Amino acid sequence: MRFFSALVMAAAIATPAMAETVLIRDGRVVTNGAAGIIENGDVLIVDGRITAVGANIAAPRGARVVEAQGRFVTPGAFAAMSELGLSEISGSGAPNDADMDGDLVAAAADSSAAFNPTVTAVAVTRVEGVTRAAIAPSQTSSLFGGRGALVSLSGEPDSVFRRNAFMVVELGETGATRAGGSRAALWPAFEAALRDAREYPNRYRSGQGGAVLNEIDAAAVQPFARGQGMFLVHAESAADIRRVIGYQRANPSLRFAIHGGAEAWQVADELARARIPVILDPLANLPDRFERLSARLDNAALLEDAGVTFAIAPAPGTVDAHQARLVLQLAGNAVANGLSWDAAFAAVSRTPAEIFGVGAQLGRLERNYLADVVIWDGDPLQVTSAPTAVFIEGVEQPLISRQTRLRDRYNPTRNR
Amino acid sequence: MHLRPFIVLAAGLSLAACATTPATDPTEEATRSPFASTYEPAPSVPTLIRGATVFDGEGAEFANADVLMQDGRISAVGNNLAAPAGATIIDASGRFVTPGIIDAHSHLGAYPSPSINATSDGNELTQPNTAEVWVEHSVWPQDPGFDRAVAGGITTLHILPGSGNLFGGRGVTLRPVLDAITVQEMKFPGAPQTLKMACGENPARVYGSRNSSPATGMGNVAGYRQAFANAERYARRARNAAEGNGDPPDRDLEMETLAGVLNGDILLQWHCYRADEMANAIEISHEFDFEISAFHHAVESYKIADLLREEGICSAMWADWWGFKLEAYDGIRENIPFVHAAGACAIVHSDSEVGIQRLNQEAAKALADGRRAGVEISRAEAWTWLSRNPARALGIDEETGTLTAGRRADVVIWSADPLSSYAVAERVFVDGAQIYQRDADTDPASDFELGQSYTERAQ
Repeated sequence: MRFFSALVMAAAIATPAMAETVLIRDGRVVTNGAAGIIENGDVLIVDGRITAVGANIAAPRGARVVEAQGRFVTPGAFAAMSELGLSEISGSGAPNDADMDGDLVAAAADSSAAFNPTVTAVAVTRVEGVTRAAIAPSQTSSLFGGRGALVSLSGEPDSVFRRNAFMVVELGETGATRAGGSRAALWPAFEAALRDAREYPNRYRSGQGGAVLNEIDAAAVQPFARGQGMFLVHAESAADIRRVIGYQRANPSLRFAIHGGAEAWQVADELARARIPVILDPLANLPDRFERLSARLDNAALLEDAGVTFAIAPAPGTVDAHQARLVLQLAGNAVANGLSWDAAFAAVSRTPAEIFGVGAQLGRLERNYLADVVIWDGDPLQVTSAPTAVFIEGVEQPLISRQTRLRDRYNPTRNR
Repeated sequence: MHLRPFIVLAAGLSLAACATTPATDPTEEATRSPFASTYEPAPSVPTLIRGATVFDGEGAEFANADVLMQDGRISAVGNNLAAPAGATIIDASGRFVTPGIIDAHSHLGAYPSPSINATSDGNELTQPNTAEVWVEHSVWPQDPGFDRAVAGGITTLHILPGSGNLFGGRGVTLRPVLDAITVQEMKFPGAPQTLKMACGENPARVYGSRNSSPATGMGNVAGYRQAFANAERYARRARNAAEGNGDPPDRDLEMETLAGVLNGDILLQWHCYRADEMANAIEISHEFDFEISAFHHAVESYKIADLLREEGICSAMWADWWGFKLEAYDGIRENIPFVHAAGACAIVHSDSEVGIQRLNQEAAKALADGRRAGVEISRAEAWTWLSRNPARALGIDEETGTLTAGRRADVVIWSADPLSSYAVAERVFVDGAQIYQRDADTDPASDFELGQSYTERAQ
């Protein structure tokens, strides 16, 4: 409910300036819903929402008609994990709001408070057909990564459309390191942190204090420890994922999703039964960490077969601020390794929205959905394709970024 | 596959100039003898690949064409080729055939999987000039990354030390010999050695943070120039001694490498992102009269593409990496096609154990983005970025990189147009021998992966 009102408010602020009625005609419409892919389909956008999808929709009076000419028309892509908007340049000693240690604030770190919709990477990513992203900071010392947010790539001041969308927690190799070097310490520390959070504020006001969390962090973790929000767990190995599944079984009110999950294919049936979703990286196929020795390219295809809900995004450790646009390439590579096209495209559009609790508003081309719509010059999962039009909540976005400006300045076919 | 004396590379190779000239100069000694290649091609039979769409690596495309490999070499490309007696015939209708991909910038083996402290072996960050180190001495042949790279169509890869130093050390060009026990078994026979240098932020950050030089861009340039000035003196003394004038200098491994660059035996591979820093590097190459083979990570090559063409310097580039450092801030998706359009030498490189598995997709991006910007490029021309041009930058273009008759038969059969997200390498040939077939049910090549629970279960 909180999400819904925030979203309505966002729409109310964002749309008046450019709201128009648009009929996209004659596209290969990927609805991501029950209607599947509609050949020669139309999409009608009114006041920032989709009001009709189907064949031969009549253009309302005053509507602008965009001819899709048989091209792919899809929901905007949703980057299921990114540091987008948290830095202009991530290295070089430049300010980077994604990068922090947790001496003062760890779990309470609020990525929505750091997101800057005007960084150049937002437009660079938007022109590639990505319209939404989940963002989270990256901690260097705590078990808790902080609070994630969901953002629009409109570049507008109100781009954050959901704060406190999830709480990042390290329950794999990285978490073990931060808990003193061992998973043997990690799990007791995590459980103690949840007790601290549940007993906030009483144990802090009584002067007892937290066993693990300071007062600020305890307050931030509390809703998640009470099952009112989702823990996004960084875990890669089958053994670590099984511990999460077991903990969730013992604490059924808590909600978990796995980010990473390189060995999720080994516990696919258990994940499906537990209804724990996974955000995975289809390019992760190297035994580059001991927690992902069994990484393999058909992880996504195996999870699809087992009925696990999954989204596609870079693995923990490779999430960055500049290349969220590559989620579509990741999905295409999952197709090359056995995943169905429909599931692959859903994994970078509909499924992230569903995992983060906004699946009733985003990720489909269906009536009443927010009109994040992209028209492509080819198959969107092909690296050779690019958008010809991008709409966010019904507002067509200019296909201009700092990169396209540099391209045009130095284009040899224009300058000589 | 087992160690043999280092004579192998003399056999039938035009590349081995530095190894076959008389050792009158200490620099010759360094590039010739120790750690020589013991590579031997896997056994092969004559193989005729029939009915494919062929990119020849020179920029031409042939429809419904055949490729004949004999004695480890390309024998012919054409229509309706006759199969020699006993040849294996592969029906490749609907498939695509290309030269194998050459990655000009990899750290496989030096930064292998699994990545732990013990395997972080690519950056000798003890002083800014470590021209004396050879990255091949850090290469772990068991790196499972070699196996994954072959599945992406890689037939040759150039391993470099890292970029933390002004002079990072010598690089090495390898074959992916998946059951190699020693790195010598992987060394591309006759391939010149290379030197890794680095511009920009990395050396200045590493040493500046230690309050030592270089701490700045100007410190970087002073470091390069002083080192080459010293190397000139060393090389001169060596030359004079060879002509009977005076004693040769005491052997100095660092100087041997730099003198090898000055005399052209060692090919310079220079990590340099920014156009202004590449221009400075070119000035230094003029001052000390040496050649730069390629700028690597050359994110701003598109700004000086004409200069790079005039200088004959290749640019090894990513398709779309940008923004992770200030010096990568001006990266654009059209860098590769704009360099190509200027007539300069464009290379698609990986610098990544993940990226090396799908460099064809990076070329595909660059091709598509270039076309959208108005640059006319055929898909067969785009393939030159993956094979002929990197071969040139590594000094092995007389041996591989194209399907020209007589070249080593380094060939990939792709399931579909390889400039696509969906194409996969079905078969990979090196020196005419099939070293990879997709979905083949084989033990893992790397000893590291043998007997792990997951590889056992897969059997």
